[in-house]
Amino acid sequence: MIHSLFLVSTAGHIFLEKHWKSVISRSVCDYLFEAQGKASAPENVPPVIATPHHYLISVYRDRIFFVAVIQTEVPPLFVIEFLHRVAETFQDYFGECSEASIKDNVVIVYELLEEMLDNGFPLATEANILKEMIKPPTILRSVVNTITGGSSNVGGTLPTGQLSNIPWRRTGVKYTNNEAYFDVVEEIDAILDKSGTVVFAEIQGVIDACVKLSGMPDLTLSFVNPRLLDDVSFHPCVRFKRWEAERVLSFIPPDGNFRLMSYHVNAQNLVAIPVYVKQNVSFFETGSSGRLDITVGPKQTMGKTIEDVVITVHMPKVVLNANLTTNQGTSTYDPVTKVLVWDIGKLNQQKVPNLKGSLSLQSGAPRPDENPTLNIDLRIQQLAISGLKVNRLNMFGEKYKPFKGVKYVTKAGKFQVRT
Amino acid sequence: GNLSIILNYFFAGEIFELKAELNSDKKEKKKEAVKKVIASMTVGKDVSALFPDVVNCMQTDNLELKKLVYLYLMNYAKSQPDMAIMAVNTFVKDCEDPNPLIRALAVRTMGCIRVDKITEYLCEPLRKCLKDEDPYVRKTAAVCVAKLHDINAQLVEDQGFLDTLKDLISDSNPMVVANAVAALSEIAESHPNSNLLDLNPQTINKLLTALNECTEWGQIFILDCLANYTPRDDRESQSICERVTPRLSHANSAVVLSAVKVLMKFMEMLPKDLDYYGTLLKKLAPPLVTLLSAEPELQYVALRNINLIVQKRPEILKHEMKVFFVKYNDPIYVKLEKLDIMIRLASQANIAQVLAELKEYATEVDVDFVRKAVRAIGRCAIKVEQSAERCVSTLLDLIQTKVNYVVQEAIVVIKDIFRKYPNKYESVIATLCENLDSLDEPEARAAMIWIVGEYAERIDNADELLESFLEGFHDESTQVQLQLLTAIVKLFLKKPTETQELVQQVLSLATQDSDNPDLRDRGYIYWRLLSTDPVAAKEVVLAEKPLISEETDLIEPTLLDELICHIGSLASVYHKPPSAFVEGSRGVQHKRLPPRSGSPEGAHSGGAAIPEAVPAVIPSQGDLLGDLLNLDLGPPTTGVAPAPTSAMQMGAMDLLGGGLDSLVGGAALNCNCQTLGWYFLPHLQVWLLAMKAKGLEIAGTFSRRGGVIHMELSLTNKAMSVMTDFAIQFNRNSFGLAPAGPLQVLTPLSPNQTTEVSLPLSTVGPVMKMEPLNNLQVAVKNNIDVFYFSCLYPISILFVEDGKMERQVFLATWKDIPNENEAQFHIKDCHLNSDAASSKLQSSNIFTIAKRTVDNQDMLYQSIKLTNGIWVLAELRLQAGNSNYTVSGVLERERYRF
Repeated sequence: MIHSLFLVSTAGHIFLEKHWKSVISRSVCDYLFEAQGKASAPENVPPVIATPHHYLISVYRDRIFFVAVIQTEVPPLFVIEFLHRVAETFQDYFGECSEASIKDNVVIVYELLEEMLDNGFPLATEANILKEMIKPPTILRSVVNTITGGSSNVGGTLPTGQLSNIPWRRTGVKYTNNEAYFDVVEEIDAILDKSGTVVFAEIQGVIDACVKLSGMPDLTLSFVNPRLLDDVSFHPCVRFKRWEAERVLSFIPPDGNFRLMSYHVNAQNLVAIPVYVKQNVSFFETGSSGRLDITVGPKQTMGKTIEDVVITVHMPKVVLNANLTTNQGTSTYDPVTKVLVWDIGKLNQQKVPNLKGSLSLQSGAPRPDENPTLNIDLRIQQLAISGLKVNRLNMFGEKYKPFKGVKYVTKAGKFQVRT
Repeated sequence: GNLSIILNYFFAGEIFELKAELNSDKKEKKKEAVKKVIASMTVGKDVSALFPDVVNCMQTDNLELKKLVYLYLMNYAKSQPDMAIMAVNTFVKDCEDPNPLIRALAVRTMGCIRVDKITEYLCEPLRKCLKDEDPYVRKTAAVCVAKLHDINAQLVEDQGFLDTLKDLISDSNPMVVANAVAALSEIAESHPNSNLLDLNPQTINKLLTALNECTEWGQIFILDCLANYTPRDDRESQSICERVTPRLSHANSAVVLSAVKVLMKFMEMLPKDLDYYGTLLKKLAPPLVTLLSAEPELQYVALRNINLIVQKRPEILKHEMKVFFVKYNDPIYVKLEKLDIMIRLASQANIAQVLAELKEYATEVDVDFVRKAVRAIGRCAIKVEQSAERCVSTLLDLIQTKVNYVVQEAIVVIKDIFRKYPNKYESVIATLCENLDSLDEPEARAAMIWIVGEYAERIDNADELLESFLEGFHDESTQVQLQLLTAIVKLFLKKPTETQELVQQVLSLATQDSDNPDLRDRGYIYWRLLSTDPVAAKEVVLAEKPLISEETDLIEPTLLDELICHIGSLASVYHKPPSAFVEGSRGVQHKRLPPRSGSPEGAHSGGAAIPEAVPAVIPSQGDLLGDLLNLDLGPPTTGVAPAPTSAMQMGAMDLLGGGLDSLVGGAALNCNCQTLGWYFLPHLQVWLLAMKAKGLEIAGTFSRRGGVIHMELSLTNKAMSVMTDFAIQFNRNSFGLAPAGPLQVLTPLSPNQTTEVSLPLSTVGPVMKMEPLNNLQVAVKNNIDVFYFSCLYPISILFVEDGKMERQVFLATWKDIPNENEAQFHIKDCHLNSDAASSKLQSSNIFTIAKRTVDNQDMLYQSIKLTNGIWVLAELRLQAGNSNYTVSGVLERERYRF
């Protein structure tokens, strides 16, 4: 199982190590550094690295390498999933997952890691249960701690959820305001070619829930059009049999925030592309210059407004500067990172945003071989682009009447236009 | 120097201060001090000097303080074993605490203190905790057994903890079951044959029940454990599959992939016409696609596994090509894997899309990726014939971009396209030649030189082009030098008049000025060939080349089957069997797919696992003739089919010498054998003695029936237990004999039972000259072990049915064969007249072409053709009234090149 964990900054500084079995020397990370030296960017460091006596399995998140060391045959996905869980737990506990926040809370980090893994076997990885055992640092608590001389941040009771058949929920939950909110969030992943034709498009959807309900509520969530969902992954709380038979989500929820389900729509006809993009990015054979002209407009929006539109272009290295004008939003070109960002904002029907102008290239350099790709960000409130709609939420098992709400939002995921 | 002294000084002060705080009377102060100690420890400062002070804080009812002290203990106990003993009493006491949380914490921490002395004290508390009333304690104790085993395996066995752990598989609490399975699996890795996880239908049922109720991590352990089980029949297999499929919708991708492994393995047992089989295939696609929308690291592992799945069952993802399209900001390791799978899924139906994508990729920034994309276009051309033309024109477009590495890569793949489709796309040669000067990579230069040599007759200035390479001959890499040598010899053979000088120049460069033995040898061989027999030289150098195969980089089927059993593991990421690399897994057992019930095809994959003799995916091209045919162009990116006859030709002389007597004399006319039957069948011989093969005795012989060679085997079980899982494999041999199908033994083979098996053989296996020529090395495997033996086959089984040569041809051939190829010997005491002999010989495919009677002597002229196309001609003389035969045999020379 997982033998040791090292946290390494992009600069190559090992700032935390934890061993669940015998101690493994830090020098094992040299193999990671070697791989990092070969990779063009930290993102490109391969996640599985073989060394003479160990395997390093790593994930790169928030500018930190989470490096697990294993010595025997262990499923790599198991390790990777666990490492992501560690990162998420830090994020959840400290508000951000960074070298600074981890160093500031190093004792809690150690307590957490000790609780998450025993002898390399996962022990408690659900946020709910961890928080029952180790209280997150809060400003209020640290104030109280300093005034009163401090109370413990370790719970003294057995994490009840760990043993029941519903390990994700603790017992004895009580709220004065009982509420259940669901966010249907859809991201469009798409590749459009030069002419704007869709090469590939799919929707990654999730339903995130924030459920604060007393006692042991048993919820049923139904959809107007469940037939859209043929490729789904559920939180362990969802009863799979009922989904298969009736296409409803029946579950006893964890307490607080959790991801109820994620789904995947990749039938091409179901994926509407909300914007059109016309572009022309070209570099001239002579004169060390180029031209850029991009126009964006709304297409299939189901009557909603498209907001927060941002177009990002990673330019070839030889592009020194950009002299561009636009009729909407702002554009900036960073000559160091070679990234052009055009922040457009809202798209409206009357005015079609356009960005155009010239690009200046390093003189004497050959014309760049590669074509830059446009990356598009956008957001549409109150719309799930797949058309998914929640029908109703029923609660059984408890007597009170909860507040209920559903929100929809569509965003661009990996939305790319080739030039 | 100075700075570290100052730092040490401050640090010493800090230690001193901490010591005082740890011994403070105030609880809070103590706790804060322990926290500071832990904080120093985590950043790598050595605070081991505080050991006694910290251990003193251990006896507390404050859980947090206790936990912190335990953290410290785990870290430093190893370096302070004597001090650690001080903590033992507290541990033992805590294991009796009324609070299950404290009991669990104590047993958990004790297991992490890797000090031998402590482990002795651990046994009693651990035994109690394994039977604790609280499942939280039991599940913690289960893991503790694995910890203890890691420190002292013998102790764990002696104390009977393994049995207790096995009992926990039937625990009422699913978490306990999951942890017991996890612990047993880890222990089993160091005890491959211990039968620790003895799975039977009852335990399987327990595991399946726990699967629904335990945590996601527990589900992974249970699924991985289930994957080791072999269901009794297809019904059990289906019922397990049905209970595992809901896991495909789990949010944890490791659960999903482990479920995929179980399903991929068990569906092997389902009849293909079963409705459920189709349903299952359909259910597998969506979760695999979903894995590709996860984080890049997860995607990478998923892609490596999908690569295996696509090779095993291409139908699952054949409609999902688009999800493998590359996004520009995918990490490079994801891009390369996606590309590989795109090629595997490429078919006539989607080739247009694939090509459009590949062309797009060829203009990306990352050089490695661009190269692979260009190579992929070449692979498409070779794989999908209908697309070849489009691929070639795409490659030409890319060459026009003049991007140096793109051009070079394109030329390398175009060479392969030429090999696959000869005489079809040569019109592009002119364009290729334009780029000659820009090629600076050996592989591209070698490819270009090959093209010029191969098509020398169509390139007017081929001599000039090759001459230009010759100028810097000594600076070229070996690959290029060899290619240049061959290309110029080809050119000379095609246009001898104008290029005499050039060929002499290259031969002298290769033979006299080079230190490279390969180059020199090849040079000499050409030189001698050209000087002694230009016609033979032409036949050798300009011989027709074997076709290159469509699919490349395919994983060899037995390895693929084994890897399918290891989906989700490191083995699946590296595409190597687990025994090949993981240090910790001592003596891993090879896993195999279960046989499909009732179908021979299933039995094939079931029996296909003799890992010790895994044949190479791409046969090595070591033999000389292969080299001369230019099969050595670069690394085997395109699998080159082996030239089946080439090695034989090296052995031809041998056939004439020692081989001939066994060939003609020993085989067919030896009347001791059962030649009276309708085919020739020597007696069974014992090949493998039971005492040498753990009770398995093998006797056998060979026969030729209905044009097919059979190995007739008689397997006897002389051991005390049943034998199952038989499989057979041959080493390379002189005539490429190989099993044409799986070894189908009615299993189980009970003790003292004998079974007869007839194994059909083909002659298309890998060829290697053996000593003696008819030696065959065999590996037979069963559930117990792998055994090796060698046997000799009668050459007569290689005589093919159409071995009757036309009279005219026979005459001409006989005359052409030089005298030194003739061998003669006598057979005594054969009481057959010539007609009887003739018909008897015919039953062994030795055909009488003509009969002559001269001076009371009957002369029979016989012809034989071997499976590899070699002819043997013979003359039999027999004196009337005399029982002696005289045989003159000649081996036809024309067909081989030496």
